[in-house]
Amino acid sequence: MAILEYDFMRRAFIVGILLAVIIPCIGIIVVLKRLSLIGDALSHTSLAGVAAGLILGVNPILGAAVACALAALSIEAIRKKLPQYAEMSIAVIMSAGIGLAGVLSGFVKNAANFNSFLFGSIVAISDLELLLVAATSFAVMAVFLLLYKELFYIALDEKAARLAGIPVKKINFIFTILTALTVSVAARTVGALVVSSMMVIPVACAMQLGKSFKQTLFYAIGFAVLFTVLGLFSAYYAGLKPGGTIVLIGVCCLVVLFSMKKWISTGK
Amino acid sequence: MKPLIEVENLKFSYKTKQVLDDIRFSVFERDFVAMTGANGAGKSTILKLLLGELTPDAGSIRLLGEDVSQFQDWPSIGYVPQKSLVTEGRFPATAEEIVLANLYPQIGLMRFPKKAHREKARKALAMVGLQEEVKTLIGNMSGGQQQRVMIARVLVSEPKIMILDEPTTGIDAQTVKALYELLARLNQENGLTILMVTHDLARASAYVSRIFCLEEDSLLELEKSQILDELSHKHKHPARDAQTAGFKGEGVCHGHS
Repeated sequence: MAILEYDFMRRAFIVGILLAVIIPCIGIIVVLKRLSLIGDALSHTSLAGVAAGLILGVNPILGAAVACALAALSIEAIRKKLPQYAEMSIAVIMSAGIGLAGVLSGFVKNAANFNSFLFGSIVAISDLELLLVAATSFAVMAVFLLLYKELFYIALDEKAARLAGIPVKKINFIFTILTALTVSVAARTVGALVVSSMMVIPVACAMQLGKSFKQTLFYAIGFAVLFTVLGLFSAYYAGLKPGGTIVLIGVCCLVVLFSMKKWISTGK
Repeated sequence: MKPLIEVENLKFSYKTKQVLDDIRFSVFERDFVAMTGANGAGKSTILKLLLGELTPDAGSIRLLGEDVSQFQDWPSIGYVPQKSLVTEGRFPATAEEIVLANLYPQIGLMRFPKKAHREKARKALAMVGLQEEVKTLIGNMSGGQQQRVMIARVLVSEPKIMILDEPTTGIDAQTVKALYELLARLNQENGLTILMVTHDLARASAYVSRIFCLEEDSLLELEKSQILDELSHKHKHPARDAQTAGFKGEGVCHGHS
């Protein structure tokens, strides 16, 4: 295939597929904990870290990771102290992140570099970024696999999980760090504004079809990989922006699944 | 009989509002206790104190002989919540996955369930009559079936006591009867100690062995004969609808305070 003859496209497929595997793993827990907006909050906050990194001359992905981790821990702390304000805590952190990113971006000399983090630049992946995404993906996959059942129980019923003897606090902390790491790495490639959609849409699609938690997780990964591959092909042949195309394909698929499900249930 | 729960001189207030004052009660092995009271009487607060989510202002709570602040053996206390994300939303999990989850601490971190664990989960589901629904999604089950899954999730850990918070909320009358029969069977045949918070004293009183009534920050234990008298009196009262307000626990509490 002509598309795969280009090194930058091969890299785009590798990075896209790796992220399409790990983002729904984080996404399914986030969605089931009813914290779907957390991806938005973290990705927006990551932009503040990117701007800070560019101003200070530090690797912007590192800046994004630190900002994401701080934001994620703040949300978790507020959620724990004031559980009734869980949704609001996300909105507050997101606002703070956007505000900070907006102000700091004014001091960034290379605006094009900063803008590439908004919608990502999956077709311009450097060696270091490829290595970073690969390392992060394998780390996230390994930790997710090892804590899979505990994460499932915490998402199902945090109080019951605590009473059953699961170290809820520690696992929530590890999950928060995993989320921050995933968002910050994905921000550079698929884009900060796209990563949160990738966290929610494949999971929402999978929930229309899954007959168990495990099956829903596999479907979510399958959908994310499918959207990424179709998105990259469409973007290449139609000359579209890859990040946005991937998300739009996902949204279309979700609308089709919703409609089909409704049609089937009303037809009975 | 050994007390599994001992509460002595318990006091608790939210800021300046006293909710519980000098509460004392014990729940013994093989008891089937219904705790009732008007809305805001402090039933949920007592549950939170028993589960270590709140700290008492004064007094003591002992679970299985140990002070609640030091208590570690939580798997022995099976808690069935009133409502959870599982029953409210369409959580994509099967009955088996949900029940199996309570065995995760036994299985251990970074390990996966084995055939024996799955067998145990299926046995717990069979105990609540859901052997045919092992692979059914919780969201596709009726309210009564979902509540049975929650009970099976607790049973799989073989608890010493089961605490239920309003287990019949949102369940139709026929299913409520079946649920009480199930709880009575678990109590009588399996020797499971049960503490159940309920508004539905009229129907529950036929199955439980003891009744606690919370009102105006204090708790009293009612004789079963008192309850039956009170309920039959309310049945005969023409102004009261036996299926609604007058037939509920809070009315009974008022009658005896």
